[in-house]
Amino acid sequence: MLPELGHFALILALCMALVLGVVPLAGAARNVDSWVAVARPAAWGQFLFMGIAFLLLMTAFVTNDFSVAYVAQHSNTLLPTIYRVSAVWGGHEGSLLLWVFLLGGWTVAVGTFSRHLPTLMVARVLGVMGLVSVGFLAFLLFTSSPFERLWPIPADGRDLNPLLQDIGLVLHPPMLYMGYVGFSVAFAFAIAALLGGRLDATWARWSRPWTTTAWVFMTLGISLGSWWAYYELGWGGWWFWDPVENASFLPWLVGTALIHSLAVSEKRSAFKNWTVLLAILTFALSLLGAFLVRSGVVTSVHAFANDPKRGVFILMLLAVMVGASLLIYAWRAPQVKSTGHFAVVSRETLLLGNNVLLVVAMGSVMLGTLYPLLLDALGMGKISVGPPYFNTVFIPLMVPLLFMIGIGTLARWKQDSIGRLEQTVRYTLAVSVVIGALLPWLLFRSWEPMAMLGAVLGVWILASALLDLRLRLRNSAGLWQGLRRQSRSFYGMVAAHLGVAVTAIGITFSSYYSQEHDVRLAPGESHVMGEYRFLFEGISEHEGPNYTATRANLRVSKEGQRDVVLHSEKRLYKVQGMPMTEAGIDWGLTRDLYVALGEPLGDGAWAVRLYHKPYVRWIWLGSLLMALGGLLAAADRRYRLKRNVATEAAS
Amino acid sequence: MKARFLLPLGLFAALVVLFAVGLGLNPREVPSPLIDKQAPTFTLPQLHAPEASFGSRELTQQPVALVNIWASWCVACRQEHPFLMELAQRGDVPIYGLNYKDERADAIAWLKRHGNPYRVSGHDLDGRVGIDWGVYGVPETFVVDGRGVIRYKHIGPITPQVWREKMEPVVRQLQQGGA
Repeated sequence: MLPELGHFALILALCMALVLGVVPLAGAARNVDSWVAVARPAAWGQFLFMGIAFLLLMTAFVTNDFSVAYVAQHSNTLLPTIYRVSAVWGGHEGSLLLWVFLLGGWTVAVGTFSRHLPTLMVARVLGVMGLVSVGFLAFLLFTSSPFERLWPIPADGRDLNPLLQDIGLVLHPPMLYMGYVGFSVAFAFAIAALLGGRLDATWARWSRPWTTTAWVFMTLGISLGSWWAYYELGWGGWWFWDPVENASFLPWLVGTALIHSLAVSEKRSAFKNWTVLLAILTFALSLLGAFLVRSGVVTSVHAFANDPKRGVFILMLLAVMVGASLLIYAWRAPQVKSTGHFAVVSRETLLLGNNVLLVVAMGSVMLGTLYPLLLDALGMGKISVGPPYFNTVFIPLMVPLLFMIGIGTLARWKQDSIGRLEQTVRYTLAVSVVIGALLPWLLFRSWEPMAMLGAVLGVWILASALLDLRLRLRNSAGLWQGLRRQSRSFYGMVAAHLGVAVTAIGITFSSYYSQEHDVRLAPGESHVMGEYRFLFEGISEHEGPNYTATRANLRVSKEGQRDVVLHSEKRLYKVQGMPMTEAGIDWGLTRDLYVALGEPLGDGAWAVRLYHKPYVRWIWLGSLLMALGGLLAAADRRYRLKRNVATEAAS
Repeated sequence: MKARFLLPLGLFAALVVLFAVGLGLNPREVPSPLIDKQAPTFTLPQLHAPEASFGSRELTQQPVALVNIWASWCVACRQEHPFLMELAQRGDVPIYGLNYKDERADAIAWLKRHGNPYRVSGHDLDGRVGIDWGVYGVPETFVVDGRGVIRYKHIGPITPQVWREKMEPVVRQLQQGGA
């Protein structure tokens, strides 16, 4: 009975979404107040029914209702409760429901927190989001209902994919989807502005906090995924240029360009057409991500069970949504005039450089991701594009980008001169180059040029941020007063840029100075790697809730430090019969020790992989800083001040 | 409408066409680079008689043979096993096994429980031969002709449908002496 109610709730949500997608937009076009006023209630109604459906599916999982096919495919009575909850988004249908539910949530949030915006604008934004929602609800209902019944009812379920039975994966999809779906807000603002012909600085100001918030979620989602891959897959890597990883990385790159270009549109009223196009592109890439993952056109470890019908539907969805918005763009954008003029040497130019580099980076990642598909479509054979391609094209693009972070924040809007900039940065730059170039030698006794380059860029970003702060405090009475006077968005920018520096250093050092040894160890034997001795103490058997595990104990010792015992497990998940490796990791700020148990080699000996990964934590530490920066920027006072002014004016 | 503002739409339309074509293709059908090449030579101890060997030479004693990579720890193998038994009983084509990264005792016990469709199974304990053959997931099945050339490779469990549509035509053609 309950699953049918869930299905029914989804149908009602679709009806609400249809109302939301049609009535307010028509009202805004024909200036009918009562139609426009439908927007908020319809958004709430839609969200309510989506919430009911979502809760009912969760109930089916928690109560082990295996008469629901989706539950039977992704859960099991032995599955711990927390994973039964996260199993809701462990497969295609449920994750799509989560997607839709989050979209409803964002729509309601926009309706609630935009009371200070003109009613027509809000109606258009909500209407566009309603149309997006119609598309996804239709996709869910017509091709992928999670509430389908199964007959005969199986005694037990097929269990959740063991890879997904992990806390990192409990959180990764909701975070990532919050990002994907959040970009629909930026998209809706852009389309609403195009429709209303109001593409001005206020539009940019309205959509900035939303875009930044979505970007924060996306950043967290991607880094959670990468962190999970690092400790769960047992390969010691943290990014594999897998098509689905790329699918989340594409909108992130363009989203990053978008938040920078929005800054120019708000502050200088320039780049407006470009910003709108980026907003459309970011959301289009989010949709593309959904298409790539769910249609099976690319092979990936992430791919959901594929059904060609779904692929066709989502491709049509993509074609209609993006096609229509690009058509609106082609129709409306020529009328928009960018008023902010700027000189060749100016902060605008540097931000333009940022945008170009990020979009080109996105383009090259997309090319690498789609190239195998392209060749296959042209009948030229099947190939796969691997990390060598991506590293070769991506790194040269990131080097100038990182360098420009330092210059861009110091450059003046509108017009600056090379002489002044040079004057400002020359000592800082020289000091950064010296310190950065020495760092690899100080830490690792190495003169590797690429490691020096990475370190120089990292130090340069830090040093230029300090310089920026010093220049800003030059005229203030006291240090504390000066620090307090800086806006949150300034601190947000600094934190995010420092995050980039930290991540860059983490990537550089962990890629150049990691050690990896594949060894054969019998109990009692040990292996020395660098300063560490790994002693294989032996194997023991363990019984988990839904798996059996062979656990290896390795004692790691280093002169002058306390020993650490690491456990790596080979688990066999009973229901799916799937073997999994749990790596044993001793984490530290400056290095991770990582052991993964391989295959038994006979005579009690095992293949064991040992890693020493310096600074690998910095990769995720940096992304946390970026996310924190985004949050600070989105919470800047001026977004809220506006609202107070508007409320006062209204009362 | 100025032309340059239509550019994004045009690019996007081209992408959509690409995807539409892509939907009709199956990326999982990665052809083995070994297709139509000589099967890698190997010699392994036999599973049931470690002192006897099983190797490339045995594969070329008939016009066509199947080489099935299997393991007792592999769930999908159990799924395809009944069908392999059926094929073996029909006796149309000899099936050789390559027992991949498995303990001898486990493998023998598994065959005892589920039946043994293999003429001979080689015991590839450390997976060295599997690597040469480009195995990346168990089960996999190769069609090898009388000259020891790999003619077809199927990844994943063989279902009656896969057999009928993909593998049987290749086998029949080879049995009738076609090249």
